[in-house]
Amino acid sequence: MEQIEFNYPAKRKVPKRAHVGVVGSGDLEVLLEPSEGEVAHVFIRTSVDGFRDTWKAVLDRFFTKYDGAVRIQINDAGATPGNVQLRLEQAVEVSDR
Amino acid sequence: MNDKGYNANFINRQSFIELDARERATALFDAGTSRELLGPFDRVESPWLAMQGVTPQEDDGCVVMKGKISGQAAVVVALEGAFQGGSIGEVSGAKMTAAFDLACADNERGIRTSAVMLLETGGVRLQEANLGLATIAELMGSILALRKFAPVICLTAGTVGCFGGMSLAAGLASYVVMTREARLGMNGPEVIEQENGVEEFDSSDRELIWAIHGGEQRYATGLADALIDDDTLQIADAIRRFVSMGVPAVHRSSQVALYRNRIAKLDTSQQWDPKGFRALWTTNGSSEEKR
Amino acid sequence: MNEYTGVRGTVWFRAFTGQASPMPGDPKSVLTADAPLGNDHARFLCVVPDSHARFPCARHGEVGLEEAATLATRVREVIEHDKNTIKRPIVAIVDVKSQAYGRREETAAIFLAAAAAADANGSARLAGHPVIALVVGHALSGAFLTHGYQANRILAFDDDGVMIHAMHKEAAARVTRRSVDELEKLAKEIAPMSYDIRDYAKLGLLYKLLHVENPEKPSQQEIRNVESELIAAIADARGGPVDLRNRLESTAARETRKASILVRTKLAAQWLEN
Repeated sequence: MEQIEFNYPAKRKVPKRAHVGVVGSGDLEVLLEPSEGEVAHVFIRTSVDGFRDTWKAVLDRFFTKYDGAVRIQINDAGATPGNVQLRLEQAVEVSDR
Repeated sequence: MNDKGYNANFINRQSFIELDARERATALFDAGTSRELLGPFDRVESPWLAMQGVTPQEDDGCVVMKGKISGQAAVVVALEGAFQGGSIGEVSGAKMTAAFDLACADNERGIRTSAVMLLETGGVRLQEANLGLATIAELMGSILALRKFAPVICLTAGTVGCFGGMSLAAGLASYVVMTREARLGMNGPEVIEQENGVEEFDSSDRELIWAIHGGEQRYATGLADALIDDDTLQIADAIRRFVSMGVPAVHRSSQVALYRNRIAKLDTSQQWDPKGFRALWTTNGSSEEKR
Repeated sequence: MNEYTGVRGTVWFRAFTGQASPMPGDPKSVLTADAPLGNDHARFLCVVPDSHARFPCARHGEVGLEEAATLATRVREVIEHDKNTIKRPIVAIVDVKSQAYGRREETAAIFLAAAAAADANGSARLAGHPVIALVVGHALSGAFLTHGYQANRILAFDDDGVMIHAMHKEAAARVTRRSVDELEKLAKEIAPMSYDIRDYAKLGLLYKLLHVENPEKPSQQEIRNVESELIAAIADARGGPVDLRNRLESTAARETRKASILVRTKLAAQWLEN
């Protein structure tokens, strides 16, 4: 079990929180909430160790397009980068609706 | 069939099975009347999983919602089959039990509150073993108390089905609603094969599995009260019907003499053809079989 | 040492009732008798092995269709009989290997038979009967849910031959994809997973853990002692509510079942909000 954290600069106030996904095999759940300040915090808990670099790559890419000041929590059970991307986008879609 | 030659309802059918637990629970309430309690953002998760390298889910795989069904107060608890096979841990079991106790207390105060439990579960979560088992016993106690006041409806739609200790909870329900895809039984095919060999139960024989545990068989043998298509609108409709029916005159699990006699008459010298078994156990029997 | 031997049930049933027989018409696998216990006349019930049982998958101490249906019948009898009078205690002596694993059992809905037995015990409890479970050996999974787990008070012996769990070690190891050694190691750190009855006691579900030198050959004094404990448990049950809340209110539960208590508190608070 690994816990990984990242922070990104972020300016935009986000209207509402969002929850998507299920912690099923190969899947993940994302909890997205507005945060204080101009930072986006990401907390990841994953049952698959050793992929910090992959997580960083996915999140770096995500935050080039997303500027919400949020706290994102991810509970992961071995999702592919593609699935992680998908769930993050779903969470944003719900949050910005 | 409409004049275009197809059944518009079938085309527009929304699969209930494809919905997750939260979506399934929401679908059963009168529009706009439901709210979730102890949802993911309350972060009441299992205290036992992370220490074993298993990623917890923030709702521990159990969704509790309160609202109205056909204008009446109702609580729905839904297990998420995709998380740890819908298995019962300390928290998910406690959520179900507490929800039913609160519903019972409301009933005692004169607020008629029905309950629906969406069971997609293999039973006890082995990573929490004795706490999972204990909460199932407690849940069963709460069902017994609540069902005196208002119906406790079990809905199992698939794909996980309802197995293990939770099948006893289904057995205590006022009404059981299933789809054809759903299965209900105490022991799954794999565990029977492991314990008593492939002759006893070939767990690779899918036809046999559904012939014994499947919704159609359970309905045909009087163990389920409704067999509904995998269609969200129809399922919600069925739930509304059973809520309106109220508490049955006698619960299936209290009909001890009926089932004891049926079991006593069984010829145990051989296995039975499941279809043939339907002739032995039907809802419409002779007068001695009447509910 | 840890193994199910199937003898303890009969030993203790005979110790309390002076006999070890089924009631007329009942299968040999279910012993039922009414006997004095303190100032009460209690009904004792026990499931024991019957190698000639009608159902082939229920011949070694498993709780199968006939066992569950018989238990349900004999408990319902007490509820019916005592409807307008003193509610007699119901004592489940528990040493059950497991539920019965069979195709016939699944076809004939063992889940419902089991529920019927649990229904009878739970309904008896709700009606005011003190329902006591004395775990003298094994209490596994569906079998325990059927026979014992609806009790007001649960007592158990503290020796290695007593085991309460959701699944036997070998099967549990297989399902969770670990070795039995790994499972045992994990179980030592995680109380709810433990196969040791002394760890089970930490969960706060037991009313009392009792010590008997050799549960398969108890002395007369030990039998009298256990009887006193049963009588005390009955009085304790009569003095409290008919639900199962005592399992969360024990000192041990307040320590090991904090999450359960938190769930109940938070849910109650949110239930009322609008």
